[in-house]
Formats: sequence, C-alpha cells, structure tokens
Amino acid sequence: MSLELVCPAGSLPALKAAVDNGADCVYIGFRGNTNARAFAGLNFDLPAAGEAVRYAHARGKKVLLALNTYPQAATWQRWQQAVDHAAEAGVDAIILADAGLMRYACRTYPELRLHLSVQGSATNYEAINFYHEHFGIQRAVLPRVLSLTQVEQLLKHTPVEIELFGFGGLCVMVEGRCMLSSYVTGESPNTAGVCSPAKAVRWQQTRQGLESRLNGVLLDRYAASENAGYPTLCKGRFEVSGETYYAIEEPASLNTLELIPSMLHMGISAIKIEGRQRSPVYVEQVTRVWRAAIDSAMRNTENYAVDPAWMMQLNKLAEGQQNTLGAYHRPWK
Amino acid sequence: MKLSLGPILYYWQRDALFEFYERISDAQVDIVYLGETVCSKRHIFRLEDWLAVAEKLASAGKEVVLSTQALIESESDLKTLRRLTENGRFRVEANDMGAVHLLSGNEFVAGPHINTYNPQTLALLTGLGAKRWVMPVEMSRQMLSDILVDKPQDMETEIFGYGRLPLAFSARCFTARHYNLPKDDCQFRCLDHPYGLTLKTREGQPFLALNGIQTQSSGIYNLLAELDNMQQVDVLRVSPQPFYTEKVLALFRQRLEGRLSVEEAQFQMARLMADAPCDGYWHGRAGMDQSTSNVDQRLSAGS
Repeated sequence: MSLELVCPAGSLPALKAAVDNGADCVYIGFRGNTNARAFAGLNFDLPAAGEAVRYAHARGKKVLLALNTYPQAATWQRWQQAVDHAAEAGVDAIILADAGLMRYACRTYPELRLHLSVQGSATNYEAINFYHEHFGIQRAVLPRVLSLTQVEQLLKHTPVEIELFGFGGLCVMVEGRCMLSSYVTGESPNTAGVCSPAKAVRWQQTRQGLESRLNGVLLDRYAASENAGYPTLCKGRFEVSGETYYAIEEPASLNTLELIPSMLHMGISAIKIEGRQRSPVYVEQVTRVWRAAIDSAMRNTENYAVDPAWMMQLNKLAEGQQNTLGAYHRPWK
Repeated sequence: MKLSLGPILYYWQRDALFEFYERISDAQVDIVYLGETVCSKRHIFRLEDWLAVAEKLASAGKEVVLSTQALIESESDLKTLRRLTENGRFRVEANDMGAVHLLSGNEFVAGPHINTYNPQTLALLTGLGAKRWVMPVEMSRQMLSDILVDKPQDMETEIFGYGRLPLAFSARCFTARHYNLPKDDCQFRCLDHPYGLTLKTREGQPFLALNGIQTQSSGIYNLLAELDNMQQVDVLRVSPQPFYTEKVLALFRQRLEGRLSVEEAQFQMARLMADAPCDGYWHGRAGMDQSTSNVDQRLSAGS
C-alpha cells in the first residue's frame, strides 16, 4: 500500500520546498504555453529543469513534466521539441493530454514513462484503456468530476495507475472540455495554457463596489466587506432568472484530507496538489501538511483522523478561504 | 457542402421530439445527428425511440448518425454507450475517447468533443476508422486551414456553424443548482428550459446559458456570412433550437445555392435569432465577439 504525494512547482525554490518537505514527486512545466500554467515569469527553461531533476534525484524523489496543452498545426514543433527536452532533462515521466503528441512520445522515447493529464478528460476506463493500449500510458490523472464510488468502479477495470486531485483550486468543469475562457478572451487552457488570463482582467472601484471584468465582461462586484479573489470566470456571481448568486461555483478550494483512508483502501496510486502558480511558501506548507496526513494514514488507517491543525493551516492557503470535497462527495453535484 | 443538424442539446418533451423530427424529415438537411449527448438522466427518449426516428429519417433520404454522450462517468453510461456503438445499423459520432476506443476499426465520426487540434491527432483518428471529424468549436478558420494542409484521404471536415455554442461540461448540474435541488433529485427541470437558462452578468448582459451539466454561450454562433470562405469544409452543422430550426436550415441552403445575397440572408437570420449573434472563434478572436456587418446598420435603421 503506497500513496505518492505529487506536489506543484513553478520555480526552482518551489521545487526545493516540495522535495525538502516530503513530496514524493514534483511536477513542473517548461516556460511558454506547452503546459496549462502558461504564466509570465513562471516555469522552467531546459537548464533549470535539468537542475530540478538533479536536486530531486539526489534525494530519491521524482520529477514529472506537464506538457498538457494541445499543440496546433502551426506550433506543433514547439511541443515536439518540449518532449525531446523533457527526455534530455531526464524527467521521470511526462504528463500529456494530446493523443498525437502521445504517439510521438511513445514512438520516439519508448523508455519514457507517460502519464495522461487531467486535461485529457478521461473520465471512464474505456477512455483510459484506449490511451494505455495505444501509447502505453502508465498513470492517469482523473478530472475532478467523479464521485469516489465511480473512481472505485473505474479502478477495477484498468491496469493504469490512478492519480487524484487532493487539494487546491477547484475546476468545476471537466478539464480539457472547457472553452469558457476562450469564449471571453480568445485563450483557453487547451489552446493557450491559461484560464481567465491576467492580461484580460481589469479591476475598477465604482460607486456600486469593486468590479472585476474579464475582457469587459463583468464577473463580479464586491462590497467593501467582501474578499475579492482572482476573477476566474466560472467563480463570479451572475444573475439567473432574477436571482444573483454563484451560479457556477463558489470560490473554494478542494480539500480531501478526510478521504485519504478511502483512497488508500481503493488503491489510488497518487494524490496531486494543485498550484504551480502559487508561491514556494504555499508549496512548503501544503506539502508538509499532506506529508503528515498521508504518513499518519499509512501508519494506522483505521484510526486516522484529520488533525484540526492541518485544516487550519490549509484553510489559510485555500482559495476563497473555503473548502469543499467537490465531486468526490455526491451532494456537491 | 452538406448541411447537418446536430443532436438536440436540450431536454424536450416526448411529443415535441417526435413532432420536431417529423418536420425535419421534410427539411433541407442532408445529415441528422440523433441522441442524448449531455445528460444520462434525460431518458424521455430511449434508444428504441431514437432508432425509430432514425429509420424514418433514413427513409426520407437523410444520412443518420447516432451521437454519444460527451461526459461518460458510470458503468451505466458505458452500457448506454456500448448499445450505441454496437447498433449495427447507423454510423456513430464519438464524443469521448472511450467511444473512440469502442468504435476503433469501424467507420465513425469524431465529434466536436474530441480534442482534435492538430494533423497528428487527426491522422491518428483516421487510422482508427474516422471518416469525418467535427472541429472543436474554439478553433479558427486559420487553424482549420493549417490542420488541413496534410488532410488525410477520405476524411470529411465538419464545423459547428449555427447555434448556442456548447462550451463546457461539468459533474455539477447547474440547472438543478439554480432550483436548489440535488442533482440526484433534479425533477427534470431542464424540461422547463428547452433553450437553456440564460445567465446574465450583474449589469444585465446576457452571457451564458445553463443547460444541465453543460454550459453554453448565450450568444448564437452564426457563420452564415462566412460560407464563401469555407472551401475546405464538407459539412456545416446547425444546432437544433425549439424555434425556426427549419427556417435557419433553409437560409443556409439558399446561401449555399447562391439564391440569396449575404446581406439579405443575414437580415432574415437576424429576425430569427433570440439572442445576439457571435462569430469570434472563426476569426481567431474571443468567441463572444461579433464582426460588424452592414446588417447591423440596416436593422438599426429600422428596415
């Protein structure tokens, strides 16, 4: 029984924080739009990726590289080169979403381990087994849409390892199948590696309150007493039939600490922490809490209980300072 | 270019479905996609009903394709999927890689919810048996011509050309959420919203449309004015709506046959549209954008 802790890093200091505080694997991305966190100033160039791998390997830890956006005809070479660079840097696996790119990777680097990204939108075992049969993917990260019962069913029908999201910003939509961002801004996670890109965001103090706009569209309006979070477009307040509310999703973080024993029991291989765009301090604190929680559950699954101190720590780091079990817990849907 | 009618994305009453397809058998459309692609709880029409409608449309000379659900989660979703892929009579549109898996080796259509963004993926799908692919709605005309530089042989290209854009899928049902109902006890409120539930910004701007677990644009994607620049497109898809669908199809047909000017066609179309038009995706911009046209001026002049 083992459960790998997979932590995010958008920079070398974040990667070191993850490794030093108990991550089994750290996932990173190259600079630019070959991954779904294409933020200015974030991510690794080839030398930094090499250094990340050396640092982690020297401490017995792994580095995974996300190449999880969809290359287009005009830009294919950039993605293909990124696969080449990942192999050169010696990462332990690459995390892919595009089937064409998987075919390139498995033909060119048959020894390189492939993971199916959450952006690949595989929500059932027939889809996962498709990627396994054609490209030999060894692990799949599931979109945050299945209930735990559905995950358990899925595990019975696939030889592929399953990784679940455990903590961090919550995508309410099936990853890889959401074009809301490009509808408003022209750029989506699939095509540009961004959602609600910062360059399209405008904040404005008005008489009615602080307004956040994305490419001109009013996403929300905050009273002086309210916390204004990053204006991700699905987490704004909108009006439906005369009622104004969080019509799609509240600004909340996924937090599944209490589900660790169930995950262990059903044979989940890894838990993923979201947040490559977050600071090294975030990575350090989240990693430490999750390490302690997983170790505690491994020592004594029967008597595992969530330590209130862990929750307090994570709540401080959560988006919107709220937690949810998301789709793992059926009533959320 | 052929015209297709996409699957109905909403949940309509049983009588309305029969009546709609009765009319469609006489409509000016070449290909009809049938089936429930959004929510497994919508079962007013069973597979037998879809197959009965399919036979009727086929005997009226339409090419019929059965579309699979986009978000497949449970064993019962997979059971429904297998019944479609093994129907033995009609071609199937795959909207999930699980469906592609089950259809490999047969002729199939790679639907709009398969992420086909580059020639390598298109070639892969061709090798598995795809005879037609539907471009993801967020792709532009430029991206389309780039991908088709190495167009596989015997592969038809279809684009979504008219209707509210299907933009996202979720585990959560936003219609049930609106009524404060749990998804498991949604009371089929989608039936009350045969065109989705419009979501507006806090300043009253129509923005999106909630359709169960699917989120659509409130704006109507309309490529009627672009038909002259679509040499590489083999099929153009109109998404069904509860009103004027046959008239919309007829306008596209008249344009394709050169029987109507762009201006006149757009003018007539504007009168059929319940929401503002958009065409940004086709032009490589934000999907909600609308390129300006002289129709706007003619409409605002009150003609």
